[in-house]
Amino acid sequence: MSTVKLTVNGKAVAVDVEDRTLLVQLLRDHLNLTGTHVGCDTSQCGACVVHMDGRAVKSCTMLAGQADGASITTIEGIAKGDELHPMQAAFRDNHGLQCGYCTPGMIMSAIDIVQRHGGQLDEATVRHELEGNICRCTGYHNIVKAVLDAAGRMKVAQAAE
Amino acid sequence: MYQTTYHRASSVYEAASLFAKGSESKFLAGGQTLLPVMKQRLAGPSDVIDLGRIKELQGVDLSGDTLTIKAATTYYDIMTNADVKQAIPAIAYLTSVLGDPAVRYRGTIGGSIANNDPAADFPAALLALGATVKTNKRSIAADDFFQGLFTTALEDGEIITAVSFPVPAKAGYEKMRHPASRFALTGVFVAQTKSGEVRVAATGASQTGVMRVGAIEAALKANWSPSAIDSVSISASGLLADIHGTAEYRANLVKVMAQRAVAAAG
Repeated sequence: MSTVKLTVNGKAVAVDVEDRTLLVQLLRDHLNLTGTHVGCDTSQCGACVVHMDGRAVKSCTMLAGQADGASITTIEGIAKGDELHPMQAAFRDNHGLQCGYCTPGMIMSAIDIVQRHGGQLDEATVRHELEGNICRCTGYHNIVKAVLDAAGRMKVAQAAE
Repeated sequence: MYQTTYHRASSVYEAASLFAKGSESKFLAGGQTLLPVMKQRLAGPSDVIDLGRIKELQGVDLSGDTLTIKAATTYYDIMTNADVKQAIPAIAYLTSVLGDPAVRYRGTIGGSIANNDPAADFPAALLALGATVKTNKRSIAADDFFQGLFTTALEDGEIITAVSFPVPAKAGYEKMRHPASRFALTGVFVAQTKSGEVRVAATGASQTGVMRVGAIEAALKANWSPSAIDSVSISASGLLADIHGTAEYRANLVKVMAQRAVAAAG
């Protein structure tokens, strides 16, 4: 057992876990943050994507210990109170989800994509960048639309700040 | 996953001594291969020594005609590094088509070559560019480093610290990506050194891992152009065959990917 200390959605936490605990298990089983999903559990589907120190990573492919000292943001940490993050709002408005299982990972990856590319996003880039996130319902069409829509909204929001 | 004990090393020296204390230790860099393997219980190390936060293993240095990438530098940091893009853009390109964005944030060059997966991308770059692998004990030429499936010249407990690449005159990489895993179904890295030598390495093709392709090297030495490879014949003997492609299909891919890589290299 080890004590892993990290910041999750802005709150400092210390959790005693077995060394073999994965980051996603720490989030879901110990902190009850069940918005982060386990899909394939083989690093392919991206349902478990969270941000670690601002980078989108697969939390099923990290030991909790590797995140010691890091700042983690999960899907629960991106809305401002009742106000959805622009990426969440864009997924809702563009019908970017059906069953919703992949959506938390999609949204966390998509925010990272927009942050890296800024205004340079086009459809082909979004499709290439979403390769690590698998959706079995939508055919990706509305997800891609949502990401492009959100890219515009995030730019506007950034400009207003 | 079996029980294990996690250690985060703060220096290469500390990592080596932690490794020696465990009964069956393994080094962990980005963990994008080791952790999935541990989750499948195909590996059950007693101790996991994390190299990922060691500062002396991070970064890129371009000095004269040598590009040095330290071992725990992530694919993302390699892909976006200005020196890499300027000195050997083919390496920046290779990292941009390796895995997916989340994997590129975590995976490292040292982890890739230490694992030596027969379909990994970086072994082809090292072999074609005639790179040198630096460890905490010695320097190893890429020609001697890769020794077959998941096998390298590394001794137990030896730590890769950096990879040095001579900056080539021209280099290119192209691969046929497996649509789910993004590993190379077959990938070919072509390089022309500043002294005019041509080296070509294929990954995802041979049953014994990354390999030089002498016939294509000879053809390109005589005439550096995609069409020079038209008449080359690649034998399917000894090539990988699985549900994703036959040995004959991969033999053809070696040629086609080499031609595309030469076109990309210019």
